[in-house]
Amino acid sequence: MPIITFIRSDNRSESIEARIGDSAMLAATRHGVDEIVAECGGNAMCATCHVYVDDNWISRLAAMSDEEDALLDGVAAERQPNSRLSCQIKIEQDLDGLVLRLPERQL
Amino acid sequence: MVTTDRTGVGGGHAGAASGSVPSGIPGLDIDPFAIEFFENPFPAHEALREAGPVVHLDKWNVYAVARYAEVHLVLNDPLTFCSSRGVGLSDFAKEKPWRPPSLILEADPPAHTRTRAVLSRVLSPAVMKQIRDGFAAAAEAKVDELLARGSFDAVADLAEAYPLSVFPDAVGLKQEGREHLLPYAGVVFNAFGPPNQLRQTAIERSQPHQAYVQEQCQRDNLAPGGFGACIHARVDAGDIIAAEAPMLVRSLLSAGIDTTVNGIGAAIYCLARFPEEFARLRSDPSLARNAFEEAIRFESPVQTFFRTTTKDVEISGCKVDAGEKILMFLGAANRDPRRWADPDRYDITRKTSGHVGFGSGIHMCVGQLVARLEGEVMLAALARKVAAIEMSGPVKRRYNNTLRGLESLPITLRPV
Repeated sequence: MPIITFIRSDNRSESIEARIGDSAMLAATRHGVDEIVAECGGNAMCATCHVYVDDNWISRLAAMSDEEDALLDGVAAERQPNSRLSCQIKIEQDLDGLVLRLPERQL
Repeated sequence: MVTTDRTGVGGGHAGAASGSVPSGIPGLDIDPFAIEFFENPFPAHEALREAGPVVHLDKWNVYAVARYAEVHLVLNDPLTFCSSRGVGLSDFAKEKPWRPPSLILEADPPAHTRTRAVLSRVLSPAVMKQIRDGFAAAAEAKVDELLARGSFDAVADLAEAYPLSVFPDAVGLKQEGREHLLPYAGVVFNAFGPPNQLRQTAIERSQPHQAYVQEQCQRDNLAPGGFGACIHARVDAGDIIAAEAPMLVRSLLSAGIDTTVNGIGAAIYCLARFPEEFARLRSDPSLARNAFEEAIRFESPVQTFFRTTTKDVEISGCKVDAGEKILMFLGAANRDPRRWADPDRYDITRKTSGHVGFGSGIHMCVGQLVARLEGEVMLAALARKVAAIEMSGPVKRRYNNTLRGLESLPITLRPV
């Protein structure tokens, strides 16, 4: 299973095994990464599963939809060029090693 | 007619299983739209979950799912389980809808995708940031006013009064006629049910409420800057045609008030019944948002919705033909022990993500962020200003075919 590393805003990190086909959000919530709130349960509606994608990985993700782009304008922490919603990142084998940074707040 | 339950899985709930449809799906004689059911649905929810992954309700001749996994599956496969034939028991392919169908709730992709996008943008996280302070100030003022009164009815004076003090203004509605809003929503949610007394009476009396709503949905009647005007502005942008805008405003008026009334009412009822949870909330008011979310899971103010199968389908080994209605028990799924630890406990620190109180998938409540905002700021204000919430009179339930909530909840607030 691909390994994903979440790095918190205080630099503590956690590497978890993600199931292929799950979203990065689901992988995080399954493993108790509480900084991913995911109020809407992965339906691209709430913008509370915000992550900053590591620069080495951002170009390797599938492009975001217009809906995700619009939602990112409403995230609680600052939106940056590498901001994504983790519920919209689908885990595939080639994302093994993915590094996602967690914002200070989701709400 | 009583036949044997051929599957043999309905045991443990004597009297619940009354028959079996040909595919071996257990038939139950539970009526989830009866007054006795509304009073205490939980034993029946358990019977429905334990009878099998799919059951048949003989009284209304409809299939149903009550376990979390199957409810989630049906919600998330809109091509197989469609909404365009109505999300109540009435099948629009066979029966004329009581009102023109919703362009979003009672629509399938691709038509749904376009209208949904409009409401999603109008009610987006970015818009919530703009309205947040106003909603929070109104909640503070409401709690101050209620503390001064001391004892009051938490349904009329809080759960109804607070949303009515913020949401119609946010939509941009005129002052006059707002007394039609709750009755109109009551009709809408009763009409999803079967042709019982509740539904028939509601529709018979609906004309003045429908006339009010239709009028308020017109562009000229909506204040600039409100949600309603924002929807009409999408016509100018070319996203929708002029005739569609009033229908999408109608969706806000149908589903935007009674739902939050019952959500906030559920949260107050929980905090009044479980004072230790209110104590936890007081010690950390930042739990307010999750305390509201957990109340939505725990009480499930929207109890049920239907879908219609578009093809022959197998759900967890149970064969269902094309063209059949399937009733989803959201409230039962939200307390399914297969999904939730200690499901009958109201726990304000529970990880609630994934509950289906707002639905799931492409039709998941488009106003969920408004609901959460209202719930959060109200519970946060109570947490900061109130020392104790005490029930001070008889609790009366309100009966509706879809909505679970109270008619009356007398409480007394003690100030900090």
